Amino acid sequence: MNTPDTACHIADTADALAPRAAIAIQLDGQPRFVPDGCTLADLVAALGHAPQAVSTAVNEQFVPRGGRARALAAGDSVMLFQPIVGG
Amino acid sequence: MNSAETSPPSAAAEPAGWVTAQRGADHWQVGDVTLTSRFLLGTAGYPSPKVLGDAIAASGSQVVTVGLKRQLSAAGDNGFVDIIRAALAGQGARLLPNTAGCRTAREAVQLAHMARELYDTAWLKLEVVGDEYTLQPDPYELVVAAQELVREGFTVFPYCTDDLVTCQRLLDVGCPLLMPWGAPIGSGQGLVNPFALRTLRERLPDTVLIIDAGIGAPSHAAQAMELGFDAVLLNSAVSQASEPVRMAGAFRQAVEAGRDAWLAGVMAKQDYAVASTPVTGNPFLLNPAASAGGLVLPGAGSAGGTR
Repeated sequence: MNTPDTACHIADTADALAPRAAIAIQLDGQPRFVPDGCTLADLVAALGHAPQAVSTAVNEQFVPRGGRARALAAGDSVMLFQPIVGG
Repeated sequence: MNSAETSPPSAAAEPAGWVTAQRGADHWQVGDVTLTSRFLLGTAGYPSPKVLGDAIAASGSQVVTVGLKRQLSAAGDNGFVDIIRAALAGQGARLLPNTAGCRTAREAVQLAHMARELYDTAWLKLEVVGDEYTLQPDPYELVVAAQELVREGFTVFPYCTDDLVTCQRLLDVGCPLLMPWGAPIGSGQGLVNPFALRTLRERLPDTVLIIDAGIGAPSHAAQAMELGFDAVLLNSAVSQASEPVRMAGAFRQAVEAGRDAWLAGVMAKQDYAVASTPVTGNPFLLNPAASAGGLVLPGAGSAGGTR
């Protein structure tokens, strides 16, 4: 029996995610596709970040760490921010 | 060489540790946090993480600024932030995240929330730039953002201009202190408008005022402190020095010297000379000829001397 693939993969095309249904999002301003049902937390993990290593915003609104369980919607614009030096 | 030869003449007059004790008592407050260092340091532009860590240590700073970067790639920060955290832990210092790059209040508020989550602090250096050429703060957006962030529990350190009325508005909405610029960010010009800064100090005598931006040399920092400002914040002057660690130490000394000068009371300027030697009458015996042409030296045949 095959286990359903529930992981969030990030692809440049919808076809690359077939046969799973895909949605189009913007990731840091770049067009990307993720499986339908992918959450923000899934996306952060798929990018290889520990949850506390980045802050997130969807559609220019801050999404706190505790709010990342929601599924992304088609057309969402996701931005991630990391610590950096500054003056 | 014995100790008497190496000690300044006044050292014996004061108990050992007197200067240290005096400086230790000279603290300042941000809310319920007590700080003794008056030198806030930025962390950008250092040649390596190690140099940054050593510069933080040499500065003695208890507040260092950091930023947030939009994650356009998976690349990390080369370990800078870990170095900063380690350096701060060593000297009990705090992080002050900024909202650099924001152009609107809305942007700044969103970034502030991200900073609070990432760095686990409610302290925030609020930057909202209104002009791309000078990077001058936008006073209108700044006040709007500050008002909202204070309402949401942030301790807002607003980077602002030296405009008195804008500063008053920022205080009105709940900023606990102000950070007026000395000159445009990274310009190294020093205090370009001392009149405005003196006015701020005089009109807001009980407000913590920190000169932020434009300081290029330790003498600029000393000048700010001599004017009565409570602290200085700078970055490029240290990070861009040939020897950043040495420069951090130089600024530390300049800030301390300027603060001590302010506490000691800098003398008032005079338009004309005021004799410093307390003479009474004439210090020299003058030949009557002196009044006609000058001092007559013993043995000289005339006022012109001999060849």
